[in-house]
Amino acid sequence: MDNHENHITSYFTNGKILIVLLFLTFITVTVTSFDLGALTVTVALLIACIKAYTVLTYFMHLKYESAVFRYMVMGVLLLFALIIGFTFFDYAFR
Amino acid sequence: MEHRDDIGSRMGMWIFIFTEILLFGGLFLVYAIFRAKYSEDFHNAALELNTIFGTINTVILLISSMTVAMSITAVQKGDKKKALILLGITLLIAATFLVNKYFEWGHKIHLGIYPGSDLLLELTRGEHLFFTLYYFMTALHGFHIVVGIVFLSVIAWKVNSGTINSSNYTLLENGGLYWHLVDLIWIFLFPLMYLIS
Repeated sequence: MDNHENHITSYFTNGKILIVLLFLTFITVTVTSFDLGALTVTVALLIACIKAYTVLTYFMHLKYESAVFRYMVMGVLLLFALIIGFTFFDYAFR
Repeated sequence: MEHRDDIGSRMGMWIFIFTEILLFGGLFLVYAIFRAKYSEDFHNAALELNTIFGTINTVILLISSMTVAMSITAVQKGDKKKALILLGITLLIAATFLVNKYFEWGHKIHLGIYPGSDLLLELTRGEHLFFTLYYFMTALHGFHIVVGIVFLSVIAWKVNSGTINSSNYTLLENGGLYWHLVDLIWIFLFPLMYLIS
């Protein structure tokens, strides 16, 4: 038995997370309707990251799993960031 | 007594999810590079996309993530009926998403915008790239939704038969994890495709 088994996310908590996600979606659509130049994409992606974090932590239960899962996810995201970073770095200096 | 490894089972699904992150991540990388190279073309091409359709699809997919998460709560509490209703709603939303996609694509195809069309060849390279990426990425995502529908249907069947119950629900959790992944992909696809205009 692990500590994950004992935790039941209430219907209410699930509902609250949805409200947060819908709110962030509303913000994204609103902000991108203005032309902020290069900042528009940055803001949109930033909010998308916050939404992703929320889904990962609560809906995908990472908050209540053992730390191993969190480290694995962080590891993969770091790998992905490196792939993007190095590709852009290479591309920028061609 | 049958041996079960619930943690191992969940970890297996997470590892699969990692491969999916790298799959779509690679495509997002292609998008990012070409967007940096052809920013104006991408901006112009994106004007063809219907933000309303995209927003509706985003909203309903988020709701479906909630309903599948709630179905886990229901099974944990032994409420089979509620679990089935919630899974049913999730599947309904998934189908609706695909129907919306059908109308979206149908409209574009009607205008002559589809992979291999003559119109696409007349566009600038950047615009052509945008639409190719749009079709490929949303199609791959749509395929994942179809797989998700099958997966969740099988799970709903097992909830109904009692195979999945309050002391054996890892398969449902894994189905939920897969569905949240599908939602996560769309969370990034939506702003990058629809909101850059």
